[in-house]
Amino acid sequence: MSNIMLYAEVTKENYLHTVVFELANKAQELSKKLNNASVSALLICKTGLSENFKEAFINSGFDYVYIAESNRLTHYSTELYSKVAIDIIREIKPEIILVGATTQGRDIAPRISSSLHTGLTADCIELDINEKGQLAATRPTFGGQLMATILCKTLPQMATVRPKVFKPAPENTVKDTKFIYIKPEIDNIQKKVEFIEFVKGLNTSINDLDSAEIIVAGGKGMKNEAGFELLKNFAQSIGGCIAASRGAVDMGLAPVDIQIGQTGKTVTPKLYIACGISGAIQHIVGMQNSDKIIAINNDANAQIFNHCDCGLVGDVFEVIPELIKIIKNSNGENTSDINIL
Amino acid sequence: MKIIVCIKQVPDTTDIKWTENNTIQREGVESIINPYDIYAIEEALKLKKTLKNVEITVLTMGPLQAESMLKKAIALGCDNAVLISDKKFAGADTYATGKTIASAIKNKLPDYDLIICGQFAIDGDTAQTGPSVANQLNIPQVTYVKELKKCDEECVYAVREIEEGLETVKVEFPALLCVLKGFDEPSRAKINGIIKAQNTNITVYSMEDIGLTPEETGIKGSPTYVSRAFRPEHNRAECEICSDCNTLVQRITEFGGFSNE
Repeated sequence: MSNIMLYAEVTKENYLHTVVFELANKAQELSKKLNNASVSALLICKTGLSENFKEAFINSGFDYVYIAESNRLTHYSTELYSKVAIDIIREIKPEIILVGATTQGRDIAPRISSSLHTGLTADCIELDINEKGQLAATRPTFGGQLMATILCKTLPQMATVRPKVFKPAPENTVKDTKFIYIKPEIDNIQKKVEFIEFVKGLNTSINDLDSAEIIVAGGKGMKNEAGFELLKNFAQSIGGCIAASRGAVDMGLAPVDIQIGQTGKTVTPKLYIACGISGAIQHIVGMQNSDKIIAINNDANAQIFNHCDCGLVGDVFEVIPELIKIIKNSNGENTSDINIL
Repeated sequence: MKIIVCIKQVPDTTDIKWTENNTIQREGVESIINPYDIYAIEEALKLKKTLKNVEITVLTMGPLQAESMLKKAIALGCDNAVLISDKKFAGADTYATGKTIASAIKNKLPDYDLIICGQFAIDGDTAQTGPSVANQLNIPQVTYVKELKKCDEECVYAVREIEEGLETVKVEFPALLCVLKGFDEPSRAKINGIIKAQNTNITVYSMEDIGLTPEETGIKGSPTYVSRAFRPEHNRAECEICSDCNTLVQRITEFGGFSNE
């Protein structure tokens, strides 16, 4: 029977990465098109940690969870984790392997695929099973101007998907999950890369964007620093976070950690307002799953208007101050509160 | 110490035009050194400044036109340049590319301490070729490197920028590093570098030179293939164009803006 395996990434702080549940939901969908292929997870972690995750695995519809635990596996290590993963994959022989396109996933996945002499499609935004039962992995290419559906001639067929591209299952899909412990064979490995220290990030803008309900993003059309100041005021007036397109980041108007798009972050707020962003697909793939999208751009033919619910054609430097004014007036005496950072 | 820097020539993707037939217009599109690879060169140049006897070889796989990009790397201060070029490499995916570059290194540049690559190329953005090369060479890799700290003849301390923060690791040579854009502005070419570049011959190796067969390279040696390429479709209903700011503010409110919190 065919088998879809997910890499169950454990974060630095010893949680299961949310992308695992998003991939689990997609894997259930793919499984239905493969005569109910089993869905399994591959968990590599320090001794005892798997106990914390068992309920989550049971509730996410996994048929099997393969667990390799060791105290040598306390910190993610490319050398040890890829060795363990490759050993287990050779044993279980899954036909499809999905990995989150996180820094850890993008570090380990090419190591696995290269060792197994198989293909790996990076950063997919859609996964499907074609009429021949192959994994059809779609990703943006050529700077995001073109979409390509990629197939793989060899097994396992591997793909990475970014967090937030797929939605986690809306309801619990409880299954009679079987947990299988496998002893990792790593005693003889001399590590060449040694963990020295970890300093938790002080820059919280990344996490802010992950949980933001409203995002106001600026592109090249915001032109200069004053433009981004204006954007910040606008974001504050509606209780949003600011973000930027790659164009704006390349111009030095915004830091790279708030860049949205294929080479930046993927976000899914309730409301995304794109200001002075032309709408190259490389940007769209990072925000298209937002609930509602609004665009403000002076070019009525800008691509962004094909990807939004509502828009206004006009100069951002005229429109945004006007919007701020209307919002402040409509809030009456609350105006002063809104200006507070 | 011998350093190999792997670089890629990419189209300037901010400048892509469509033909009338809905295909990408490739003629006249300017090529640049992948921006992340500039930082890979920069890290190698920094090591050259701080350590003795550092020799930097810049390596690329691509068409013969990529020579001009390699000359730019020489102008920046790299010592040697190698181009692996063969029509049979066309259509290679990251697996086949990794294998080709690794074979070139094994056969022609086996005496190295460190390989440095950019973390991504802006055209494909797969971030897979570097780890694939490291795997084929059976050496360790460190990805998402933001900064190199202490370095000597045997090892380097690398700071990785990952989602949750900064992780420092120590890696023994030989090793491969994939670097992000660093903190410093990259160097510019100096006049004597430009003169040196003009007088440097680029070594070109073909598929046979690096010991590969047609089955192992290009589209034949690639496990993956593109079954369909298409322009993205619009996935939203018709966009409502608001005539004035008042209407837009009303929509912002309806869509959940300024919830008074």
